[in-house]
Amino acid sequence: MEPDILTGSVIGDEAVLSLEDFARACPAEVSWIAELVEVDVLTPYGTEQSSWRFRAADLLCARRVARLQRDFGASTEAVAVMLDLLAEIERLRACLKRVGLEVDDGPRR
Amino acid sequence: MEFKDYYKILGVERTATAEEIKRAYRTLARKYHPDVSKESGAEARFKEIGEAYEVLQDPEKRAAYDQLGTRWRAGQDFTPPPDWGAGFEFTPGRFSTAEAADFSDFFSSLFGNFARHAETGKERGEDHHAKIVIPLDDAFHGATRAITLRAPQLDAQGRVVLRERTLHVRIPKGIRDGQLIRLSGQGAPGTGGAPGGDLYLEVHFDTHALYRVEGHDLSLTLPLAPWEGALGATVKAPTPTGVVEVKIPPGSQSGQKLRLKGRGIPDKPPGDLYLILEVVLPTADTEREKELYRAMARDLAFNPRQALGV
Repeated sequence: MEPDILTGSVIGDEAVLSLEDFARACPAEVSWIAELVEVDVLTPYGTEQSSWRFRAADLLCARRVARLQRDFGASTEAVAVMLDLLAEIERLRACLKRVGLEVDDGPRR
Repeated sequence: MEFKDYYKILGVERTATAEEIKRAYRTLARKYHPDVSKESGAEARFKEIGEAYEVLQDPEKRAAYDQLGTRWRAGQDFTPPPDWGAGFEFTPGRFSTAEAADFSDFFSSLFGNFARHAETGKERGEDHHAKIVIPLDDAFHGATRAITLRAPQLDAQGRVVLRERTLHVRIPKGIRDGQLIRLSGQGAPGTGGAPGGDLYLEVHFDTHALYRVEGHDLSLTLPLAPWEGALGATVKAPTPTGVVEVKIPPGSQSGQKLRLKGRGIPDKPPGDLYLILEVVLPTADTEREKELYRAMARDLAFNPRQALGV
C-alpha cells in the first residue's frame, strides 16, 4: 500500500502565526510571550497584541528561551543577553564559513 | 533495557543534597546545553543529563529511583520490579510529555506512567515539534521524506505509552534551512473528539560537500589555475542544477567573489550562487615544472609582500 503523503504549510520569514497559534506551539502563556516582545527578544509583525503575527524564527527563538530559562534558571533579561551573544557568534561563524574557513566546533576552555 | 545510573551521569554522590544536584546539573548544562554548546555530541549527552536531572530533582521520582537500591550498575540489563511504582504517583515534571518521549526506555519504563490529565472532556491535543535534516538538493527539486517519531499516546487504559510512527512528508521546492513545515492535526491527539495538535517540523540541510548555504544564497569555492586568474578564462563550475560555464575576468585573485544571479535556492526572486575564487599553485615536482617557476621568478618583477613594506 502506498503511504499517505502529508503536505504541510511552510512557515518562513513571512509572519503568519497568530498569537493564539504561537502560544499553543511554544507552548506558553500569552503574558510570557508579551514579556519577550517587551524586551525585543521577539519582534512580531503588527502593533496591537491582537494583530501580532510571528515567523518561524520567532518560534524557534521562543522555544530556545524557554529551554534556557528552564535549564539555567535565567531571567528574561539574562536570556536576552545570551541570545545576543549567541547571535553574534553565529554571525561571525557564518562570516568565517563564507570565506571558506571552518572553525573548530568545540568551546575553548 | 539498560540500567541508568543517574547519580553517576550527574557526577554526584547518592547522598547529594538537592542544592548539590542542581549545581552539578547547571555546570554540565553550561558545557553541553545544545543551545549554547557546539561540542560534538552535546545534544545526545545533554538529553542524558536532562533525564538524570529530571529524576533526581523531583523528590517523588528520586525516592522511587532510590528504592531500586544500589545493586544495579550502569549498562546492566534491567527490568522494573513487579511491584514497581506502588505508592507513587508521578506528576509530569519540567518536560512536556512530548519532550519526555525523547528520554530513554529505562526512563519511560519507570516514569512513563505520569499522572494523566484528569479527564477534562474535550481538549485539543498538544502541538509537537521535531527536526528533519534533508539534503540541499530537496530545495531544488522537492522530495518526499519519511520521518520516524516517538510520540506519547494514551492506551486503552488511559496510560501514556510511547508509540513509534512514520510519516511521509512532502518537502516543497524552495524550502530553506530554519523554515518550519506545519502539519495540521499530526501532533498529539485531542480528547473527547477535539482536534489533534499540529506537528511543526524544523527543516535543516545536511552539510553539503560543495555548497555552503546562507538563507537562499549558496557559496562555492572555485579553484583556478594561476594563468586562469591572471589572464582571464572561461571555466566550468558546478551548480545544483547543472554545470555552467563562467567567465573569469583577467587579474582575478584568490578571495574574490563572482555572483551567479538566480542560481541559489528557488524563491521569488531566487537566491544567488557566489563563487569564491581560489588560485591554486601547480606542483613543482619535475625539472620542467621547476624551470617554468624559475622563469617566472626571473622574468616577473613581483613582490607579493610589497604591502608589508619589505
